[in-house]
Amino acid sequence: MSPLLEVRNLTVDFGSFHAVEGVDLTVAAGEVLCVVGESGSGKSVSMLAVMGLLPRTGRVAAERVAFQGADLLHATPRGRRRLIGREMAMIFQEPTTSLNPCYPIGWQIAEALRAHYAAPRAEIRGRVVALLGQVGVPAPEQRVRAFPHQLSGGLNQRAMIAMAIACNPALLIADEPTTALDVTVQKGVLDLLVGLQRERGMGLVLITHDMGVVAETAQRVQVMYAGQVMEEQPAAPLFAHPRHPYTAALLDALPERAEGKPRLPTIPGVVPGADDRPAGCLFAPRCRFRTGQCDAERPALRMAFGARVRCHYPLDDAGQPTGRPA
Amino acid sequence: MSATLAVPRSGLFRRLLENPGAVAGLVIMVALIILAIAAPVIAPHGPAEQFRESFLTPPFQQSTFPLGTDSLGRDILTRLIYGARLSLLIGAVVVALSLSIGTMLGLAAAFAGGALDVAIMRLMDVLLVFPSLLLAIVVVAILGPGLTNAMLAVAVVLLPGYVRLARAAALGELTREYVVATRSAGAGVLRLMLLVVLPNCAAPLIVQATLGFSAAILDAAALGFLGLGAQPPTPEWGTMLADALQFYQRAWWLLAFPGIAILVTVMAFNLLGDGLRDALDPKLRR
Amino acid sequence: MFRLLTRRLALIVPTFIGVTLLGFLLIHSIPGDPVEVRVGERGISAERLAYFRHELGLDQPLWKQFLDYEGQLLHGDLGRSVVTQESVWTEFKTFFPATFELSVCALAFAILVGLPLGVMAAVRRGSALDYGLIGISVTGASMPIFWWGLMAVLIFSVALGWTPVSGRIDDLFYIEPRTGFLLIDAWFSDEPGAFRSAVRHLILPAIVLGTVPLATIARMTRSAMLEVLGEDYVRTARAKGLAPGRVVVVHALRNALIPVVTVLGLQVGALLGGAILTETVFAWPGVGHWLVESVQRRDYNVLQGGTLLIAVLVMLVNLGVDVLYGVLNPRLRH
Repeated sequence: MSPLLEVRNLTVDFGSFHAVEGVDLTVAAGEVLCVVGESGSGKSVSMLAVMGLLPRTGRVAAERVAFQGADLLHATPRGRRRLIGREMAMIFQEPTTSLNPCYPIGWQIAEALRAHYAAPRAEIRGRVVALLGQVGVPAPEQRVRAFPHQLSGGLNQRAMIAMAIACNPALLIADEPTTALDVTVQKGVLDLLVGLQRERGMGLVLITHDMGVVAETAQRVQVMYAGQVMEEQPAAPLFAHPRHPYTAALLDALPERAEGKPRLPTIPGVVPGADDRPAGCLFAPRCRFRTGQCDAERPALRMAFGARVRCHYPLDDAGQPTGRPA
Repeated sequence: MSATLAVPRSGLFRRLLENPGAVAGLVIMVALIILAIAAPVIAPHGPAEQFRESFLTPPFQQSTFPLGTDSLGRDILTRLIYGARLSLLIGAVVVALSLSIGTMLGLAAAFAGGALDVAIMRLMDVLLVFPSLLLAIVVVAILGPGLTNAMLAVAVVLLPGYVRLARAAALGELTREYVVATRSAGAGVLRLMLLVVLPNCAAPLIVQATLGFSAAILDAAALGFLGLGAQPPTPEWGTMLADALQFYQRAWWLLAFPGIAILVTVMAFNLLGDGLRDALDPKLRR
Repeated sequence: MFRLLTRRLALIVPTFIGVTLLGFLLIHSIPGDPVEVRVGERGISAERLAYFRHELGLDQPLWKQFLDYEGQLLHGDLGRSVVTQESVWTEFKTFFPATFELSVCALAFAILVGLPLGVMAAVRRGSALDYGLIGISVTGASMPIFWWGLMAVLIFSVALGWTPVSGRIDDLFYIEPRTGFLLIDAWFSDEPGAFRSAVRHLILPAIVLGTVPLATIARMTRSAMLEVLGEDYVRTARAKGLAPGRVVVVHALRNALIPVVTVLGLQVGALLGGAILTETVFAWPGVGHWLVESVQRRDYNVLQGGTLLIAVLVMLVNLGVDVLYGVLNPRLRH
């Protein structure tokens, strides 16, 4: 059986800047995949490319992009629009600016339904109220008439989720869904997403920079850095034994793992920009195990200890690089 | 001090040169200034010189009259060149008047606040209620037709824009820390107004002044066309169009060339103003 | 929304008093009082002069004269034309429908052409269409419309013979002025061809008068659309799988209209100013034509009254634009 979403060797360029480089990604039906990385690592761009939502300046190339076995790469715009919003839906980081300020939220949710189904007005109205109830918006009968500026960020994000799941999508892509929200409502929205995913058996791609979110939700994790996938493995072994030095550094930076240490460890340096991409491993300048080979040769993604890793010296169970010349 | 000022200025000029519209406007403006200054040298004839044997000569036929002659046998090209003098004069006088008076009123409103502020801004609201050309017509009707009065009228019409800009910019600057600091150091109000606040809110005023040039030339030409501006035989472009009314159906060149002159000149200042606005402050775009 | 409206209404009163005061003072600053103007050079006995001055209230102090003038205005009395002896209000009523008809058609032309052009240029940013539109809007905004009107007459009426040179309708039709709006009156009249003739007369002046607002609207729409098209909610609309046309019109344009309407409101004054020139060029029997003639005839009562009425009109339109702005922008409504 073909996976829900299959992406092979996806590249996205903005002018001479490689935002995404050779990304492979698969999501099975009913699976939760977390894509982790710092801002600018290309995690959102690759998902926007799959949805066909990139601005015109973005150039997309791939070996294969397929949804439920159907080719998306060569689909007509009309064919793509039949899937988008119905079979695969997306929610975004800033709920308040992602909703149109000129229309009530009920109208905007109804529009998502009407775009794909012909149904009588009253039926659509009933479904919108039911959806708002399902995503935990209190007093949904009144809230359908509310405008986005009248609601809190948390309620707006719930409305966005209602809009995304309106047509029962098989795949939901959530792009940093809790980042812009107050800390107190983040957990509620996250629990809602995971609950909906279980209830409906949706595939869920959760894009985040927050390892804590990953720990709570993910079945499988893909770590991205500067447009490339650095490591991919199931969640439990990833947290137990990260195989890429970058993943290990990310985990070390989690406050709950740093107990007893005088200072929270950080990763020195910054993500390379358009002008200073290293010729070798993209993470090498910030890596504490860097060697001459790291600078000379860009590693390929390969299997090591049951994980897919892009590193010349994948870490062993003790966290030490293997095969690194002393 | 001068070095720190020079850096953004050269940056401004470079950004201006990156804008093709602004460059075109600048080139046309410089060309017009040269034409205006050198009019007696460049123009083939005198502006009021009548050639009795060649009335309404069509253009591009006789090398003595490249753009033809009008109903009194005057050379159109010559009159257009002398008209450039008038148009630039009109623009300069009007902008100088409305910019200086408007800025002073705006600064006074911002600094004084209270009743004076309300009075000045109410007056500007009142002026803005009248369509600008109508207001100019009323002023000219009272003062009597003529170039000087037309310039005064247009200056009055353009006043509110400068007052509002100067007031808004000054109010913005007044809350800045450097103004508070200068004030507490004991600087007098007038000194503060002219030497500290004014240079810092000059950018929007410069843009408005450039655009004011085109508005002044356009409105003065409209008044001339209505017979309320410069009076014949002054070679003002709008007045030339009014003169052409009787004959234009037979002699299109009487109409075409003065109008093109107005259009190109107004467009040049508009392009330059837009370019300056973008170059001075991208935030001003909206 | 209600508070916004009441605040605007409260502002109208002082502005109105200011407008009348300014008009009053301007007219009074004309050298020579109306009696001398009317008597002319012939000379008159001092007693007769004093009698006339008393009759017209000119012997009163200025503030008293102004209060009397305000009182007259409140009773709807704008004075009489010195030339025709007709009341200014009656004359305005005869001329206004022509101006209104012309301005509405010009504005409709400007919106119907300018808005779609601006939208298309923004959607296809950097295309030939976009550059063409920028060129047109720069030229249009700098256009001396009195010249443009004459050139249009020269090309379309004189050379091509497509449209009549001037006037509102052919002389051979007599249309009873029931509404004063010739298009409507001609449509309901039983004169065959009258409506057609009225349309043919209207088309060129409306296009000429609409040129400057067209340029402004197209330019403003383009920049507002460019901004809105980059907004997150437009991406959301695309993520719903909506057709591109629906995304652009329902989601983007709806938001871009808010700044465009503001600009449109500012255009109304310029439109009426342009109407003065257009009416002069096309011998269109409207308010602008009437006012220009009043200046030439030194009929200051007409000039004062007519200007005041136009100013009131602009104030009302501005109020209407404020209301429309509130309706368009839900964030102001609540």
